[in-house]
Amino acid sequence: MMLKAMLGEAWLAMGANRLRTALTMLGMVIGVGAVVIMMAIGQGAQYAVQQTISTMGSNLFIVLSGSFTAAGVRSGSAGGPTLNVADGEAIAELEGVVNVAPTHQGRRQLVYGSQNWSANVVGTTPPYLEARAWTIASGAAFGDSDVRSATRVALLGKTTAQNLFGDEDPVGKTMRIQQNPFIVIGVLGSKGQNLDGNDQDDTVIIPLSTAQRKVFGTPFLGSVRMIMVQAESADSMQRTMDNVTSLLRQRHRLREGVPDDFFMRNLSAAAESEAETTRTMSILLGAIASISLLVGGIGIMNIMLVSVTERTREIGIRMAIGARQKDILTQFLLEAVMISFAGCLLGLVLGLGVALAINAFTGMVIVISGSAALVAFAVAATVGIFFGWYPARKAARLDPIEALRYQ
Amino acid sequence: MTEPVIRVVGLGKSYETAAGLFPALKGVDLEVRPGEFIAIMGPSGSGKSTFMNLLGCLDTPTSGDYFLAGQNVAHMDKDALAVLRNRTLGFVFQGFNLLPRMSLQDNVALPLVYSGADKETRRAAAREMLDKVGLGKYADSLPSRISGGQQQRVAIARALVNKPHLILADEPTGNLDSHTSEEIMTLFSELNREGITVVLVTHEPDIATHARRQVRFLDGHIVSDHLTEAAPA
Ligand SMILES: Nc1ncnc2c1ncn2[C@@H]1O[C@H](COP(=O)(O)OP(=O)(O)OP(=O)(O)O)[C@@H](O)[C@H]1O
Ligand SMILES: [Mg+2]
Repeated sequence: MMLKAMLGEAWLAMGANRLRTALTMLGMVIGVGAVVIMMAIGQGAQYAVQQTISTMGSNLFIVLSGSFTAAGVRSGSAGGPTLNVADGEAIAELEGVVNVAPTHQGRRQLVYGSQNWSANVVGTTPPYLEARAWTIASGAAFGDSDVRSATRVALLGKTTAQNLFGDEDPVGKTMRIQQNPFIVIGVLGSKGQNLDGNDQDDTVIIPLSTAQRKVFGTPFLGSVRMIMVQAESADSMQRTMDNVTSLLRQRHRLREGVPDDFFMRNLSAAAESEAETTRTMSILLGAIASISLLVGGIGIMNIMLVSVTERTREIGIRMAIGARQKDILTQFLLEAVMISFAGCLLGLVLGLGVALAINAFTGMVIVISGSAALVAFAVAATVGIFFGWYPARKAARLDPIEALRYQ
Repeated sequence: MTEPVIRVVGLGKSYETAAGLFPALKGVDLEVRPGEFIAIMGPSGSGKSTFMNLLGCLDTPTSGDYFLAGQNVAHMDKDALAVLRNRTLGFVFQGFNLLPRMSLQDNVALPLVYSGADKETRRAAAREMLDKVGLGKYADSLPSRISGGQQQRVAIARALVNKPHLILADEPTGNLDSHTSEEIMTLFSELNREGITVVLVTHEPDIATHARRQVRFLDGHIVSDHLTEAAPA
């Protein structure tokens, strides 16, 4: 039997009981729609995390000062930082280290004219900008000489600039941090949120020395709470961290058996695990959505079985005038696949619509990929064939005489 | 002598029933030559339909052989039988058996769909056959819009559409009034005059007189086989 004639017949059969066809299709529509929406959200989440990771800077770890007494009892921050700028300089000499930035940060109140704004103030050295992959949107960055002579200059993050200066251009203006006047010499490019959901643009970057003297008031000049280190590559991360550990133990004269007086945190690894989490979530969402596709498929099978029973006599007549088993099989299979395909098409449209609506109303990042649509289509065809197969085979195996006698 | 269209040797058919095997046909022998017109008669339950279903390749015998146009079909598989039903013979049922949702033309063309003819060929052949049975002008109607007699004509047109040399009919006039029955029998007679072999089952002696040979069944056997005495002109 010819495919074209069969397609026409399948179309007629679908039209013969429109409500039923529509309801059967609805199962597929919801299934495919769910898959499309879930994939859009899942891939969107992955994309967002990837995006955030790429704004963080790559292959980063931080060394945090800890304070331990000789007995190993942790005395908290009261003991004073155990790291200092010289440690940072020594780390910078190590092989495989690209950037080192001793850093001191804390939230402080900023004032410009009548505007107040509390921002994360970061005192650091120029390599920090490179390690974190910060760009300068306008103005210029400060240099090593600014750190040496503790100049009162500041780089503003986009959020801070907007909240403090509004539409004004901040570059060249003077603002105050803790009563101390600072000249804004540049505005940073935007980074958006970090993995913890904090706005990375809500920041002010100033020279480390200035921060210590004027803003944070460190008791021991030159000591720092944190040193940010950028390794050459992801592969050399662990080796570099080990090297930093032995270097610092040596510099701090820690005997064997004495615990480290510092911690290390691999920022890139944390980001990786976050990415892994979203990947898993995205797979989970897809799997849950696939279940509704499965249910849609079972709906098709159910209706096709009813249809075969109802049309037993028709099958008998077709057989009597020369339909072979494969003709009947193809006919019913084609009907199942057509319902499944039509449902898939509508589901695709529905899914896209809902995904776009979610994006429009909640601002959630969604990613719509052609491959997701293709996967949904392939699955729909498979579902149609898989669940259409049994009823179709049942039809094809009917005995012509029995089928003709069926009332 | 020409080869018989149908040659049946010791044909038997038993049905499996709750009470065990039931022999509906007990070793039937029959030969049908090209161009014959045969009426099969006999009381209810004598095995006529069973026999026709075997002749029509709708069912397979439990014993004996059936040669259709020279080839033994008794042991053919389902698909091979389907091809024979499609090309070699046409079957007409008591209950017409048209597909209710298809136009008369599509109903008549359906066997051609299964033999793989293209759309234009199907349309032309279906038209020709509908014209032949005098229903060309209803080509686009649904079966429910025409009378029983007309439906049976459509069924005959469908049986003829693949140009078989053999038409089988199981009580084709069983659902029709006597006037309409006459018309249908006249149609069969015409087809027979054109050279088509016709074998049909009927209960009514009047109907049987249209045939030139009458075969009588009783209890799964053929009990008489003779030419019609007063054959119509
Ligand atoms: N599928 C079946 N299963 C069991 N028994 C059957 C089956 N088909 C027919 N029979 C029995 O076989 C016998 C012959 O049936 P068949 O239909 O051939 O008779 P028939 O001569 O056509 O009768 P009628 O004139 O009433 O149509 C009957 O006794 C019937 O009950
Ligand atoms: Mg009968």
